[in-house]
Amino acid sequence: MGFDVIADFFTQAFSDRDLMLWLIPFGPLAAFSLISLITMILWLVRQVTGTPENMIPASDHHYTDHHHPDYDGMEVPYQPDWFRGTAIVIGMAGIVWALVVSWTLVFGALNEFGAGTFGLLDSADAHHEAEGDHAEEGDAHGEETDSHGEAASHGESVDCAPCIYSDEITWMSLGMEGDVYGEVPDESTDYEIGVAADPLSLTLLFMVPIAMLGIFTYSIGYMAHDARQAKFFALISLFATAMFILVLADNLMMMFVGWEIMGFCSYSLIGFWYEKKSAYNAAIKAFTVTRVADVVMLLGIVYLWSVAGTLNFRDILYNPDVLQVIGSTPAIIFGGWGLSAAGLIGVFLVIGTIGKSAQFPLHVWLPDAMEGPTPVSAMIHAAAMVSAGVYAIIRMYPLFVGLTNPHASDPTFSAPLILMAVVGSFTALFAATMGVAQRDVKAVLAYSTISQLGFMVAALGVGAYIAATFHLITHAFFKALLFMASGSVIHAMEHGEHHVHEHHAAHGHAHDEHHDEHGHDDHHDAHFDPQDMFNMGGLWKRIPVTFWTFLIGGLSLAGFPLLTAGFWSKDEILAESYYGFTAHGSGLHALVFFMLAIAAFLTAFYTMRQIALTFLGKPRTEEAEHAGLGGQYSIVSIAMQAPLILLAVFAFGAGFVGVPTDFPIFGAIFSPEHNYFHHLVVYALPYMENGGYEVFHVAAPEFNWIPVLTSVVVALGGLWLGWVMYGQKPLEAGEEDPLIKILGEPIYTALQNRYYMDDLYDLIWVRPSQWFAKGVITLLDKGIIDTILHTLGTIFTVIGDFIKMMNAWLIDGVGDGIPKGIYDFGGWIRGTQNGRIQFYLLIVLAAVLVIGVLFAISAGVVFAG
Amino acid sequence: MGDVNFFLWLAFVVFTIITLGGAIAVVTTRNLFRGTIWLMVSLFGVAGYYVLLEVPFLAAVQVLVYIGAIAILFTFAVMLTRSLTALTDRYNRPVANIVGAVALFALLMLGVILPVWYGIGQPDTTIINAAVTDTEALGAALVDKDGFVLPFEVVSLLLTAAMIGAIVIAREVEEDEKGKRG
Amino acid sequence: MIPLWLYLLVSAALFSIGTFGVLARRNGVAVLMSVELMLNAVNINLIAFWRYYTPTEINGFAFAAFVVVIAAAEAAVGLAIIISVYRSRHSVIPEEADMLKG
Repeated sequence: MGFDVIADFFTQAFSDRDLMLWLIPFGPLAAFSLISLITMILWLVRQVTGTPENMIPASDHHYTDHHHPDYDGMEVPYQPDWFRGTAIVIGMAGIVWALVVSWTLVFGALNEFGAGTFGLLDSADAHHEAEGDHAEEGDAHGEETDSHGEAASHGESVDCAPCIYSDEITWMSLGMEGDVYGEVPDESTDYEIGVAADPLSLTLLFMVPIAMLGIFTYSIGYMAHDARQAKFFALISLFATAMFILVLADNLMMMFVGWEIMGFCSYSLIGFWYEKKSAYNAAIKAFTVTRVADVVMLLGIVYLWSVAGTLNFRDILYNPDVLQVIGSTPAIIFGGWGLSAAGLIGVFLVIGTIGKSAQFPLHVWLPDAMEGPTPVSAMIHAAAMVSAGVYAIIRMYPLFVGLTNPHASDPTFSAPLILMAVVGSFTALFAATMGVAQRDVKAVLAYSTISQLGFMVAALGVGAYIAATFHLITHAFFKALLFMASGSVIHAMEHGEHHVHEHHAAHGHAHDEHHDEHGHDDHHDAHFDPQDMFNMGGLWKRIPVTFWTFLIGGLSLAGFPLLTAGFWSKDEILAESYYGFTAHGSGLHALVFFMLAIAAFLTAFYTMRQIALTFLGKPRTEEAEHAGLGGQYSIVSIAMQAPLILLAVFAFGAGFVGVPTDFPIFGAIFSPEHNYFHHLVVYALPYMENGGYEVFHVAAPEFNWIPVLTSVVVALGGLWLGWVMYGQKPLEAGEEDPLIKILGEPIYTALQNRYYMDDLYDLIWVRPSQWFAKGVITLLDKGIIDTILHTLGTIFTVIGDFIKMMNAWLIDGVGDGIPKGIYDFGGWIRGTQNGRIQFYLLIVLAAVLVIGVLFAISAGVVFAG
Repeated sequence: MGDVNFFLWLAFVVFTIITLGGAIAVVTTRNLFRGTIWLMVSLFGVAGYYVLLEVPFLAAVQVLVYIGAIAILFTFAVMLTRSLTALTDRYNRPVANIVGAVALFALLMLGVILPVWYGIGQPDTTIINAAVTDTEALGAALVDKDGFVLPFEVVSLLLTAAMIGAIVIAREVEEDEKGKRG
Repeated sequence: MIPLWLYLLVSAALFSIGTFGVLARRNGVAVLMSVELMLNAVNINLIAFWRYYTPTEINGFAFAAFVVVIAAAEAAVGLAIIISVYRSRHSVIPEEADMLKG
C-alpha cells in the first residue's frame, strides 16, 4: 500500500507543477541517503565478516596529493574504488535530477505565464484579468486556481493572491491559536511545512542547479585521488539538498532548517581533510562564528512567531494586516526609541545573514574556509552558503522595509536597512582592500567574495533588492568559475611539484633511497606553496582552457564594461544608489554609492593583479614550468575543465537578461520591451505603503551617464592599473611585490594580515578583561568578604568562558601574545571548565531558576490583575 | 463526597505515595539494583495516574514500555557495570543540589500550580466529559495526513537510529582493531 | 474528579526529585534513572493539562505517546554510552569522565 501511495505521488508530481517542487531536493537527498546506506552496509559487512577497517596512513601517496606535515602518523579510512565510482554516478544522478526538475519548472513557468504574470499581481484588476486568462486556458491550471483559492482564504490577502507554485502539508497540529495580539488574523492551528516557487525562487532555481552541476562534475576530477571521494559526494549532495530546501521553503522555520543543514555540511566539508590541523581549525571556526549569528537569527524567528503567529512567508508578507501590525507594534527592546517589532526582527535576521554571508565583523570564517577542497569553496563562496544569507533577506524583504520607504522622494529607512547599508558598504570596501595584498590565489577570491557580498547587502540596504538579486546570480556564476579555475591552477601546480620531485629523484640529486616513499619526503621540504601566486607565472601556456575561462570570470568580477555579466549587475547597484542620492538627496544612498565605487575599483585592480601574477609572464619557479593537468584528454583534465567552459558561458552571458531598457544600443538589442530580469523579479514581493498594498515596485531608475561612466571608469581604471603594475613588466622570480614600494611596508603587511583583525579582537576583548582581572584579583587578595567574592567569581566565570572561547576559536595564534597574567587568570577560571557534566547542569538549573523567577513575577502580576 | 469520589481520592493518595516514595527511594538508595526496583514502583504509580486521568492506553504503554523494557534495560546496565555497591559517596554537592531542587519545586508552585489552584483559567467541565481518550482516535491521528504522520515517521527513524547507535556505541572493540584505531 | 492542581503538584514534586537525582547522584546509571523520573513528571503534566483543558483534541495524548518513545530511545543510547565509558575507564561516575575539561 505504501508503495502505491509513493508511486501515485510521483505520477502526480510529474504532471502537477505544485507537487513537482517537492521533487527538486529529492534527487540530491536520495543520492546522499543511498551513498550513506552503502557505506553503512559496507561497515556492517565488515563487522559480520570480521574484516578490519580499511585504514591507510594519511601521508600515503595513494591516499592524496595534498601533502601536509600534520598528516604524519594519522590513519584515514580508505574506500574501495568501485564504491567511489558508484558514489560519483549516484551523486551526479542526483544533481542532474535536480537540474532537470528545476529547469522544467523554471522554463515551464516562463512559458506558461511569462514574466509579469507569474508571481504577485500588480493590482486587484490585473489579478482578475489574469484569473480570466487562466480560466480561458482551461483545465490545465485547475490546480493553480485551487491553490489561489486556498491562499485567498488565508486572512485578507484576496486582492493579491499570488500566482505561484506552492504546496504544503501539515507537519503537526498544535491545537492552539496562533493569534497573539488579537489583531493578526490567523485561523490556522496547524504547523504546516510547504514549498513555494515565485519569480524570486525561479532565479535561484535557474542558477543553483547549474552551478552545482558544474561543481559536482569538477569534483570528479579534483577529488579523483582522494580515498574518501564517496563521502565527499554524499556530503555535497546533502549540501545541495539543503540549498534547495532553503530556496523552496515557504516558511521561515523550514528555511532555517535548510540553513542549519548547510551550516553542518560546510563544517564537515571545510574540515573534510580533518587530519590537517588547519582544516580542522577552520571548520570549527566557521561553525562557531556562523552559530553565533544563527542564535541571533533564531531569536528573530521566535520573535516573529510570537508577534505574527505564523512563519509562513505568504501569510506574513502577502497579508497587509500582518505587516501593518508588526510594522507598528513597538519592539520589546528599544521600542521607546521608535524601533518597531518588524525592525527588531529584521535586525535579528540581518545579523544571521551577517554571519552566513560573512559580513563584517563576522567575516573571519570565510577566508579560512578555503582550507576545504576547492569544489567546497566554490559551493560555499558561490552557489550555496553565502548566497543563502542574501537570499533569506530578499525573501523577506517587505518585512525588513517595514513601513518605511527607501524609494520615496523623502526616503525613510528602517533599522535593518540602515544596518545593511552601512555594514554592506563597509564590508565591500574593507574586504576589497584586504584582497589587493594577498599572495594566495584562493585568498584573493575569498576576499573578493566577502566584498561582492557586501555589494549585495549594501544594495539591499538602500532598497535595490532586484539589483541585489541580479548580482547574486551573476556573482554565483563567475565566482564558482573563478574558484574552480583557481583549483585547476593549484592542481596543475601540484602536478608540477610532483614532476619536479620525480625529476630530482631520478637524477639522484636527493632522496634516492626513499623514492618509494616520496610522498613522505615531501613533508620535509614543504616550504613550496602551490597556492602562492608568486610561485606561478606563465601558466597560460600550460593550462590554456583554465586561463581563458579564468580570464572571462575575472573580467566579469572586475566588471569589464558591456561584455560581462558582472558589469551589468554591478552597474545596476551603482545606478540605483546614485539615483537615490541625486534625486532624493539621500545620504545613505550616497554612502553606498561612493564606498561601492571605490570597492569596484579595487576589485578590478586585484583581479588584474591575480591574472597577471598567475598566468602571464614567465614561470617564476621550476614547478610552474612543469604545471599541468596530466594529459589533455585525461578524465581529470576533462572533468576539471568542462565545467569551467560551461560556467564561463554564464559568466559572460547571464548579464544580458538584465540590461536596462534605456541603455544606449544595448538596451535596444537585449531589452526592447522591458528589462527582463527586472520584469520577472519585481512580481515576487508585495509592498506596503500608507496602508495600501501593492507590488513592491522598484521603478528602474532612469538611465544616467554618470553611474555608467563611473562603473566603466573604475573597472577599466582598476584593470589598467593592475596591468601597468603586474602585466606590462611581469615579475621575475624572487622579485618583491611592487605594491610594497607604493603602499609602504607597514600598510602592505597590515593588509596581508587582515588588518590585524585578530589582534584587534585581542585588544578589544582580551586585554581589558585581563586588566580588569588583574585589578580585581588584587582586590580579592586584600581580602573581601565572601559574598562579594562569589558575585565577582560568577562574573569572571562568564568573562573567562568568553576569553576561552576567543582563545580557542576566534583568535588565531593569540596564544603567542598572551601575557603571563592572562595565563594565570585562565588557570584560575579554568576551575569552572572542569568537564563535569553535573556541575554544568547545576549552573543550568541556577539560570533556569533566575529566569523562572523573573517569568513568574511578571506572569504573577498578570494573573493577579 | 460520594463513594466513588472517595475511592478516587484514595487511589490518588495511594498512587502519590507509590510514585513519590519510589522516586525518593530511586535517588537515595545506595544499592542500585534496588534502585531499579524502586524505579519500577514509581513508574507503576505514574501508570496509575494515567488510569485516573482516563487514558488507559497510555497506562498500558507505561507498564509495557517503562516497566517492561526500560527498567529491565536499567537492570542489565546495573549488572553489566558492577556498580551495585562500588561507590562510597552517593552524592556530589548534596546541599547545593537539595537547595536547587527545592527552589525549583517552589518556583513551579509559585509559577504554575498556584495560578491553577486559584482557579485562573478554570477548565470547563463539559469539555472534560467530552474527552476523546480512546486508542482508536490516537491511532487515527498518528497516521493522519493532517495529524501526526510526519512526526510519527520521524520518531520511527529516531528509534532505528537509536537502536543502531546504541549497538555501535556499546559494541566491544576488539583488541587488534583497537590498536589500529589508536 | 481530582483537581488539576494536585496532579501538577505531584508532577512538580516528581520533577524536582528527578532533578536532584540528575544533579547529585554519582552513579551514571542512577542519573539516567532520574532522567526517566523527570520525563515521567513531564508526561503527567502533559496528560493532565490536556485532559482538563483541551481533551477534545488528540494533541496532548499524541505528544505523551511521543515522549514515551523518545524516552525509550534516550534510555537505550544513554545506557550504551555508560557501558562504553565503563569499558574504557572502568567507572560509571560521570564526574570522572571529564575529558571535556578546559
